[in-house]
Amino acid sequence: MLSIRSPKDFWAGILFIGLGIFAIAIGSNYHLGTAARMGPGYFPRILGILLIVLGAVIAIGGLRVRGERVPPWNWRATFVVLGSVIAFGYIVEKVGVAVGTVFLIVAASAASHEFRFWESLVAGVLLSLLAVGVFVEALGLQLPIWPQFLH
Amino acid sequence: MELVSHLVTGFGVALTLANLLHALVGCLLGTLIGVLPGIGPVATIAMLLPATYALEPVSALIMLAGIYYGAQYGGSTTAVLLNMPGESSSVVTCLDGHQMARRGQAGAALATAALGSFFAGTVATLIVAGVATPLSELALKFGPAEYFSLMVLGLLGAVVLASGSLIKAIAMIITGLLMGIVGTDVNSGVQRFAFGIPELSDGIGITGVAMGLFGFAEIIGNLELKEKRELVTSKVKGLWLTREQFRRAWPAVLRGTGLGSMLGILPGGGAMLSSFASYTIEKKISKTPEEFGKGAIEGIAGPESANNAGAQTSFIPLLTLGIPENAVMAMMVGAMTIHNIQPGPQVMTSNPQLFWGLIASMWVGNFMLVLLNLPMIGIWIRLLTVPYRLLYPAILLFCSIGVYTVNNTSWDVMMTAFFGFLGVLFVKLGCEPAPLLLGFVLGPMMEENLRRALLLSRGDATVFLTRPISAFMLAMAVLLLLIIALPNIRKTREVAFAEET
Repeated sequence: MLSIRSPKDFWAGILFIGLGIFAIAIGSNYHLGTAARMGPGYFPRILGILLIVLGAVIAIGGLRVRGERVPPWNWRATFVVLGSVIAFGYIVEKVGVAVGTVFLIVAASAASHEFRFWESLVAGVLLSLLAVGVFVEALGLQLPIWPQFLH
Repeated sequence: MELVSHLVTGFGVALTLANLLHALVGCLLGTLIGVLPGIGPVATIAMLLPATYALEPVSALIMLAGIYYGAQYGGSTTAVLLNMPGESSSVVTCLDGHQMARRGQAGAALATAALGSFFAGTVATLIVAGVATPLSELALKFGPAEYFSLMVLGLLGAVVLASGSLIKAIAMIITGLLMGIVGTDVNSGVQRFAFGIPELSDGIGITGVAMGLFGFAEIIGNLELKEKRELVTSKVKGLWLTREQFRRAWPAVLRGTGLGSMLGILPGGGAMLSSFASYTIEKKISKTPEEFGKGAIEGIAGPESANNAGAQTSFIPLLTLGIPENAVMAMMVGAMTIHNIQPGPQVMTSNPQLFWGLIASMWVGNFMLVLLNLPMIGIWIRLLTVPYRLLYPAILLFCSIGVYTVNNTSWDVMMTAFFGFLGVLFVKLGCEPAPLLLGFVLGPMMEENLRRALLLSRGDATVFLTRPISAFMLAMAVLLLLIIALPNIRKTREVAFAEET
C-alpha cells in the first residue's frame, strides 16, 4: 500500500489534476479545430493536458519523497474575513458606505483572537468617516452614503 | 543626442503639476504599505486600479509605479528599525541594518539605504532610457512565433529564479493561463468557461485575482500568527554618515547598482533577487566578512542599491516587449490594458509621451522619496505601533470598496473572496501565487500568438524551431530548466531560498 509521504505535494498534485480534468471536460464543448485553424477548444485542451501531466508528477513525487504536512487551516479567520467582505458587497448599495463600513469593520475584526467589540465599533465609525470623505467626496466614486430608505 | 531629447520629452510630462502630484501620492502610498506588514505592492496596485479609471493613462501609470519603488523604501525602514522586512526585497537589510540600529546607528543605516537607493535609481533610470529604444526596435521585428517563444522563456525564467518548487510554479502558470482565457474568445465569439454567467463573458478581472490572492489570503495567513514586534528606537537621530562609513559604503553602492540593474532585466528578476545576490557578493569580497550580520554598512549599502536598481530595470521587459517579469509588472499590464494601451514595443512610438514620461517619473519619484522619507521617518514609525487587529479590517475595507467600484456589482466582491480562499489553499499546499498572476495576464496574448504562428505555418509546429530567434529563445528556456534540474545547482538554490524564510 502506498502512503502519502509529502501531503503538501500530494494534494497540490491532486488539485492540479482536478483543474486539468475540469478544463478538458468543460472545454470539450468548444470546437477543437486543427493546429492551422485553431478553434476555441484547442488552447484549453493543451493546457488541461499539461496540468494533468504536471499534477501527476507532483502527486507521485508526494508519494515517493518525504515532505511537509499541510499546515492546519484557520477556518474561523477564513470564513469571518471572506464572509464579512461578501456580505459588504451585497449590502453596500442598500445601506450605503457609512453603515456598510461600520458593519464590515466590526464583522471582520471578529476574525482576530484579540477581538474587542467596542474598540472595533469606534474604529468602524472613524473609518466610516474616512471612507465617505476619501471615496465618495474626494474620489467621486458612485456609491450611496446613507441607507436607501432615508432617501 | 536622441536620448537627451527623449528624456526632455519625458521630464516635460513628469514635471507637470498633476503628474508630480500623482507621483507623490504613489510614493507616499508605496512607503506606507512598505512600512505596514501584511500588504504589499501587488494588492495595493489592485486596490487603486479602479480609482485610476478617470485619470490620464500616464498619470495612472506614474502613480502605480510610484507605489512599487515607494514600497522598497518603506520596506527598508521597518527592516532597520524593527528587524521586520516590510517587503520581501528588504529581507537582507534586516541582517545588518537592524544590528546597526541596535548600536545606535539607525540614522546612518537609514541614510545609507536612502542615498544608495537614490543613486541606484538614477543610474537605473538612465539604463532604462538607453536600452528601451534598441530593444523596442528589435521587438518590432518579432512575428507571432517569436512572441510565443519569448513568452515561454519569460514565464519559465520568472519561475526558475523565484523561490519554491519549480514544477508547482509551472503548474501555477498554466492554471493562470487557463484563468486568463475565461470569457469571450475574440476569434470565434464563443464564451469559454463562463457557465452562462454574464459577468464572466468579459473574463475574470485582474483586480479580483490580485487582491484575493495577494491581499485577502495574506491577511488570513497573518491572522494565524501571533504578533511579535520589537521597536528598537523611536528616536532616530543623526541621519548622516561619518567619513569612514561613507568610504566603506560607496563602492558597495556602485556594485549593488550594477548587479541590480542587470538582474532586474532578467525574467523573474527584480528587487528581491537583486538584494539577495548583492548581499552574497558583498560578504564574499569583503576583507572583514565576520562583520556581516553584526552591522556592516556594506551589507545595507549593496542590497539596498541593488533592490532599487532591480525594481527600476524590471520595467524594461514590460515597456519594450510587453512581457511582465514579476507580479507587480503583471499589475502594470493590467493597468495599461484598462486604459486601452496594449503593452509592447509599439508603445514607445505610438505613445511617446506616456513612455518617456513614465521613465522620467521614476527618477522624480526617487528624488521625492529621499526628500520625503528621511524627515518623515518619525511618522512612519508611529504607524507601526498600530496593532494588526485594527489594521487588517481597514485594509479589507479599502480592498472591498476598491473592488466593488470596478463595476459597482457585488459579483466582483464575490470573485475576490473566492480568489482569497484559493490563495489560502495554494499557500497551504506550498504553491506560490505570483506565477499564476503572470500566466493570467499573458493567457490571451499567448493563445493569440500561438494561433497566428500556426496559421502562418499552416499548422506546422516546427516553425518555433526553424525561425532562429524563436529557436534561440526556446533553447534558452530549456537550458534554464536543465540548469535548475542539475542536482548541485538545485541544492544551492534551495539553500539560498532557505535563508530567506
